[in-house]
Amino acid sequence: MAETKAQFRKKRLDRGIKARSDTLFAIASKKDMLYLLMPRALPVLALLVLPLLLKGYWGKVLVYACMYGLLALSWDLMASCGLFSLGQALFFGMGAYLAGTLNHYFHVPPVITVPAATIGGGLVCAALLAPVVRLRGVYFAMITLMLPLLLIKVIDATGVFGGTHGLPSLSPFSSDILATYLAVAGFLCCLFVFRRVINSDYGLVLRAIRDDDRAVMSGAINIYWRKIQAIFISGCVGAFAGALMTHHYQFLGMSAFALDYSILPVAAVAFGGPGTFAGAALGSMVLVPLSEALRALGGLRMAIYCGILILSIVGLPEGVFHYMARKYHQFERIVEVK
Amino acid sequence: MEGEPVLKVSHLKKSFGGVLAVYDVSFELKRGEFLGIIGPNGSGKTTLVNLITGFVKPDSGQILFRGRNITGKMPYTIAGLGISRTFQMVRLFYNLPAYKNLIIPLCSSRFKKMRGGRYGERDDVAIDLLDDMGFERDSQVPYKVAGSLPHGYLKRLDLSRALALRPEVLILDELFSGMSMSEVASTLPLIEKFNEEGLTIIMIEHRLKELFRVVDRVMVLNFGMTLASGTPEQVMESDEVKKAYLGIHIDLD
Repeated sequence: MAETKAQFRKKRLDRGIKARSDTLFAIASKKDMLYLLMPRALPVLALLVLPLLLKGYWGKVLVYACMYGLLALSWDLMASCGLFSLGQALFFGMGAYLAGTLNHYFHVPPVITVPAATIGGGLVCAALLAPVVRLRGVYFAMITLMLPLLLIKVIDATGVFGGTHGLPSLSPFSSDILATYLAVAGFLCCLFVFRRVINSDYGLVLRAIRDDDRAVMSGAINIYWRKIQAIFISGCVGAFAGALMTHHYQFLGMSAFALDYSILPVAAVAFGGPGTFAGAALGSMVLVPLSEALRALGGLRMAIYCGILILSIVGLPEGVFHYMARKYHQFERIVEVK
Repeated sequence: MEGEPVLKVSHLKKSFGGVLAVYDVSFELKRGEFLGIIGPNGSGKTTLVNLITGFVKPDSGQILFRGRNITGKMPYTIAGLGISRTFQMVRLFYNLPAYKNLIIPLCSSRFKKMRGGRYGERDDVAIDLLDDMGFERDSQVPYKVAGSLPHGYLKRLDLSRALALRPEVLILDELFSGMSMSEVASTLPLIEKFNEEGLTIIMIEHRLKELFRVVDRVMVLNFGMTLASGTPEQVMESDEVKKAYLGIHIDLD
């Protein structure tokens, strides 16, 4: 009987071009430099060029993608210190309402409202969540999920800040392209600053809190204060997105606290892969345009969107970004089995 | 050695459900003293450590550290004041390089205060600390991922982490469990040296021979209560201790 035996097999090799000695990187050649630079530079260049190419509707989609990108990044930062949030809408809505009310009632121009709402939103969110920072896992998530919904009901019932009708005709940015570039710049800055911070000693402590908070406490570190700091940073980023959006649409409404802003960032991180921020960024840059492109399909849009999301999460639970990064750093070739 | 006790524990009680883990334990610790705590499994030794370091809140009783009431304070506050501990089951970050494990205490405000506001690269400080602890700076060991190191190294890494805070009181919770004879032999002199330099140490240990060689005083716990207390010789003479725990004869040389 003829024995069938595999004659070839796939061999995988990790590229080892980084000679690493603690803090020093030795890079061998121009080609290697390109190899390291390309995956970082190309997306940045694309994002900087796209606002010039995309006009009207797709320009708005790009702003939208950056907004969700910022929310996904802020979610990922909180997750990296063990705070699982289902309420990025709180940050987004807080920024939107601070900027919107300042502009509507006090006629403050966007140059001031956006930075003020960014810092103010971070402070208010940190103050709101500080009392529950000791809760963990699903308990913390439930509180964050409910807070924006609670605020919607308060605005609805009391009619403050425009109530159900919202506040129309806010001052826009001087041009659409400026707004788009603000969104893109905010998104890119946030991405690269977060990536740097999480690998610094400060980020190391945050990640350690997620892994073992008791060990961190025995290192004389006030973990709750650190968590509040992380919420403040996340809150600032989310509030910046909200403030930008409210001026861009020139409208402020209860929808700023909508559930979408809580759930979609989590979906983006799940799709892209948590922990690296690049995954969160990639996820939102894919999911938001995808959901817009599916509009053409009409009624089944959401169903198909959810289907794609489920398939990707089941198929690549580590996230698309981690998968791509691994493949990028690997050679694959077929070798003969001896 | 006269003067105010650095640590004073009085009438400490803690029960979990119906189980009395620590019942009416009192002791005082002078500066520079070396106290050993022994007792059978489940006698409340680790709970006592958790009570002192704030990981568990006592039902009643009081803990004074340098005359200051620290009962029920948060673990990071107590660690910041200068009571540092190791864990029976080492709590380390296994996916980080060994020296990076020390970065966490080095980021604390206590460390900044100790260094007088200005401090150099944390990485260098961490490597220095590990070098003192026998992780040779020039070898690969301090840079290896903690998870890949042998158990003895992990225990010493946990000890270095506790010492990085430059504590006044160091509590060692079964430091030697799982260590080989040679690892114990190389670690014990280090601990003695810290004690001679003025560090107050509480050591919980099952390896009595090693313990009795270094400590000034021994306290025996059983069922959460203090059974006996005194010098190693006095404790071993006690009939109660023999009955409850030892049942064996130990050579002190």
